[in-house]
Amino acid sequence: MSGSIVPEDLKYAPSHEWVRIDGDVITVGITDHAQHELGDIVFVELPEVGQKVEQGKGLAVIEAVKTVADVYAPADGEVVEVNAALADSAGSINADAYASWIAKIKISGPLSAELVDAAGYKALL
Amino acid sequence: MLHDDTGRTLFEKSRPGQRGTGEIEWDVPRVGLDTLVPAKFRRKKAPRLPELSEGEVVRHFVNLSTKNHHIDKGFYPLGSCTMKYNPKVNESLARLAGFTTLHPLQPAETIQGALELMWRLERMLGEISGMDSVSLQPAAGAHGELTALLVVRAYHLSRGEDRRKVLIPDSAHGTNPASAAIAGFECVTVKSAPDGRTDVEDLKSKLGPDVAAFMITNPNTVGIFETRVEEICAACHAVGTQVYMDGANLNALVGITRPGDLGFDVMHFNLHKTFTTPHGGGGPGCGPIGVKSHLSAFLPSPRVENHEGKFTLAKPATSIGPVHGAFGNFLIMVRAYAYILAMGPEGLANVGHTAVLNANYLYAKIKEGMSCKFDGPYMHEFVLDGSPLKALGLHTSDFAKRLMDFGVYAPTIYFPLIVPEAMMIEPTETESRETLDRFAEIFLEVLRECKESPETVHSAPHNLPLKRVDDVKAAKDLILTHPFE
Repeated sequence: MSGSIVPEDLKYAPSHEWVRIDGDVITVGITDHAQHELGDIVFVELPEVGQKVEQGKGLAVIEAVKTVADVYAPADGEVVEVNAALADSAGSINADAYASWIAKIKISGPLSAELVDAAGYKALL
Repeated sequence: MLHDDTGRTLFEKSRPGQRGTGEIEWDVPRVGLDTLVPAKFRRKKAPRLPELSEGEVVRHFVNLSTKNHHIDKGFYPLGSCTMKYNPKVNESLARLAGFTTLHPLQPAETIQGALELMWRLERMLGEISGMDSVSLQPAAGAHGELTALLVVRAYHLSRGEDRRKVLIPDSAHGTNPASAAIAGFECVTVKSAPDGRTDVEDLKSKLGPDVAAFMITNPNTVGIFETRVEEICAACHAVGTQVYMDGANLNALVGITRPGDLGFDVMHFNLHKTFTTPHGGGGPGCGPIGVKSHLSAFLPSPRVENHEGKFTLAKPATSIGPVHGAFGNFLIMVRAYAYILAMGPEGLANVGHTAVLNANYLYAKIKEGMSCKFDGPYMHEFVLDGSPLKALGLHTSDFAKRLMDFGVYAPTIYFPLIVPEAMMIEPTETESRETLDRFAEIFLEVLRECKESPETVHSAPHNLPLKRVDDVKAAKDLILTHPFE
């Protein structure tokens, strides 16, 4: 698929999350391709700070006009920060999916083996 | 248009002194309100009711009704889910005074006819579905799902088994996981295979002694028959898992096969989808459940029993108890009963065949333009893959809005989730060949427009009272009030 932005410095899940790795803290959002597929996003159900998450299980829920989609955690860990600004401006994910991160997780295990680099993700689209 | 004044409310149109009827001559002495109702119960200020003549009120509502799409006006391409023909005679029968003047708390001896109707309807649904016992109490399909899962849970607990998981395919109706979650189960998703059917190997890998039930729709939501259903049932039964059939698509099977014969333990019926009771509007509805004999003792109470022609109400100790006030929505049952009697066994035997024929006839007419993701054969519905529209800068939602410009309703779109840009079409057994031909023409015309003048489609609707609605604003900032003053 042409036109979607895929920054080189991030990792990607086949379920269309992007992951920025900074030591044992990872930042998670959804990709430009994902926001494009979802259409106008109207609400993001954020996790709570301190919440334990499991790899492959739901981290957040994104509600768009025509559908609702889960955002999956790419590793086990604990949520240390959420992007509270999304509560009022969920549509900023449509405007810039990579600036509009969803949550930061302090990981307690390995990252999902399914994560790929930018080239690998482009090949999936 | 002089009389097209529907943008204003009745309150805005109100003028003091306007009345529907003239002054009535009283032939009994008039008694003031103050002698009938103590002052403390009377309102201080008169209610503000609109004041209009009868003609103005009639025109107001007739004009509004012409702006809506409705089944008496035009075709719905996803019939049984959205709106489909309901025989008008059902309405006359449901309005018989012998039914409408009953009170649910009357002694059973005084409502024998109503109880007999319910007893007979339960048996008719049982015969049609191959189930041993039926409860008519649940108020809708999703309520039936919840009730059935509570029955399944009670059954397992009676055997000392506290099974916590329910398996559900990724093509399922969203109500399946919702019902399972409300019933206290953990939902586990089963994948679809590349042919659109359940991935039976994935199912088998997830089955186990902790699985209470597997919920499956057959034919499934992409309109394909689950051909391995008997193998699925056997695999589930081998580990004690109950197999639940979501009966949303039962009209495809009526007269052809029966869920009970295929191995299902429990199912729900949507009376509005298969047995011509009214659709939509939030009810009242009826979503009966049918079960095999090992689950019968757990059905909701009260149960109608027939003791040699005398009908009584029983509350079995093992029942999960009532799930609705009194007996459920009785007048909906009257409509379904009337339909089944009117159709008779011969008529019902044609329902499934006609539903399947209509869907496949329509698909044959439009498949050159747009095709399905999964190969058929299709049953009573088919799901088109609208993703080729994206190359033209369009989406399924644009296509659906443009269809409405031609006087037909839009199909269900973006469901099921396993088909990108999905467009689900089910003409149902009640539409004529001429209607299907006309819809196919409209469909192909809109497809031509997508290629030749995509902007027309992108900015649709053009011929409807409302143009493009701002979906984002509607989802985030919906205002459903109107300033009164």
